[in-house]
Amino acid sequence: MAAIELAGVKKTYPGGAQVIHGIDLAIGDGELVVLVGPSGCGKSTLLRMIAGLETISDGTISIGGAVVNTKEPAERDIAMVFQNYALYPHMTVRGNLEYGLKNRGTPRAEIDARVEAAARTLEISQFLDRKPRQLSGGQRQRVAMGRAIVRQPKAFLFDEPLSNLDAKLRGQMRIEIRRLQRSLGTTSVYVTHDQLEAMTLADRLVVMNGGHIEQVGKPTELYDRPASLFVAGFIGSPPMNLLDVAALQALPGVTLPDALPDGTDIVGIRPDAIILGTAAPGDILLSGTVELIEPVGGESHLYVRVAGLEQAMIIVAQGRSELVEAASLDFALPADALHPFSRATGKRL
Amino acid sequence: MQTKRTIFPNRWLPYGLLAPQLAITLVFFIWPALQAVKSSFEREDPFGFKTTFIWFANYSKLLADPMYLNALWRTLIFAVLVTVIAMGVSLILAVAVNRLLRSGRVYTTLLVWPYAVAPVVAGILWWFMFNPSIGILSYVLGQMGVTWNHRVNADQAMILIVLAASWKQISYNFLFFVAGLQSVPASLSEAAAIDGAGPFKRFWTIVVPLLSPTTFFLLIVNINYAMFDTFGVIDATTSGGPAQSTNILVYKVYADGFLGLNIGSSAAQSVLLMLIVIVLTVVQFRFVERRVQY
Repeated sequence: MAAIELAGVKKTYPGGAQVIHGIDLAIGDGELVVLVGPSGCGKSTLLRMIAGLETISDGTISIGGAVVNTKEPAERDIAMVFQNYALYPHMTVRGNLEYGLKNRGTPRAEIDARVEAAARTLEISQFLDRKPRQLSGGQRQRVAMGRAIVRQPKAFLFDEPLSNLDAKLRGQMRIEIRRLQRSLGTTSVYVTHDQLEAMTLADRLVVMNGGHIEQVGKPTELYDRPASLFVAGFIGSPPMNLLDVAALQALPGVTLPDALPDGTDIVGIRPDAIILGTAAPGDILLSGTVELIEPVGGESHLYVRVAGLEQAMIIVAQGRSELVEAASLDFALPADALHPFSRATGKRL
Repeated sequence: MQTKRTIFPNRWLPYGLLAPQLAITLVFFIWPALQAVKSSFEREDPFGFKTTFIWFANYSKLLADPMYLNALWRTLIFAVLVTVIAMGVSLILAVAVNRLLRSGRVYTTLLVWPYAVAPVVAGILWWFMFNPSIGILSYVLGQMGVTWNHRVNADQAMILIVLAASWKQISYNFLFFVAGLQSVPASLSEAAAIDGAGPFKRFWTIVVPLLSPTTFFLLIVNINYAMFDTFGVIDATTSGGPAQSTNILVYKVYADGFLGLNIGSSAAQSVLLMLIVIVLTVVQFRFVERRVQY
């Protein structure tokens, strides 16, 4: 159990390419922090730097109050779950679980007890004498988790651990990881590119882009008040509609609410905040034609083309929509659901 | 191993494509091998006028011949040394090259060159370097107080042929080890590093076991190489001498048959050599291969 602290962490490769541009982040004891961002944003590199698999070009990383910059991965007392699980294929499941304990000279009796306990927690007791190739993807995933928890490390590091699983299993494992992390109370850093996974798992979410942190906060905070255009577009599915203010004002009969800050040139609105039909005073009234309807069960995603606006708007309609494609549609953007952004800085105003 | 099934439009086409290879194998391997088996049961007079069928007399004579048993012993020493050195050195080189990011390719290319050198040329190369009168290495050894003369010293002669034969085989082993090492996922080593294993422990407990299929394959190839393919090296360096000390089985087959003109004994020796290698290979497949699968 330990807090992890990153101060001014930078990573520059020998060729001169800088992939991490000064990251400051404090991860509290027992907290599950998710690093999320598109491919190449540096989230995996950052995790590997915490693990000690990549060198730190500048800044400090401390685990449990001690700076670990020059420490070997083994000395940092962390456990990592890899995307491809990285199970040792020539060892049995038991061998995989034991390996780290044996290397640290743990007494035999304690090894056996810990392996049994970890296997019971993850329900892999009946597979202990099998080789990894005899296991399914989900079972391998459990073994990889088991290898992490059996060591009782200061922190867990997860590097996209669910991306090799099918959608259904991914959902199950996500819940299990959350439950396990809660019950063990071990500080965890979890890297994913899947924003749904990020939202549902995280105590706190760190959105990264191009080697910078875009925003840190609770998942709901990031959803409700995205600090930048990037976060607005990245968090939430379907993504937030981002509308050009000039184009919006040019539409007949549209006046923007006075409450918007000066210099707002892009407004965002969540697809589920848009109201079909009539509007309260002060709301923006728009009409367009339905291009495409995606029924997703309990709700439908409508792609609506508004004349004068560049991109089709996405609207989430609750229940089963009576609408048909090519129908015209009136809808309202509630004034209090608008997110004001500046195009020049990309930041929220 | 993935299998690919090709459908040929004409049912004779696949046989036609196989024919040249089969013909060459038949004419240059199967037919002479059968001839050797036949000759091994015969005695021929020195002028080739008369052959007599003598059952196993050639074999029983061989197995009672101290010279043959000596050759068998020398072959064992030679094959074990060549296999261990050629595989050991190439593994070290492969591990070293595998650690390099960009320059690895250059080293790989350079290290493969010896493989392109003909065995006889390789033999002559080492023969020159260790030549007791003009060789650079024998001169250096002389400076260090070691008198090098593989023409009279049996151990030095053995060292010379082992060096020459291993040197040639290192390239081949190296290529396979590099490929084998590259197929070991980096994340396994990383996981082991996090699991508290130091570099040596990682190598022995993770890399070596995962490399075992490659090692096993090379073991068979190297033993076969040492027993069959080293004729040129020996012919160019020691010609089996001094005093039979480097007269390994494959060289003795040649020396007794083509120099001594004892065709019957030579044929029996080649049949025995073939049997030895077949037995070794079968034993390895039966008992070792089972342990290298994971």
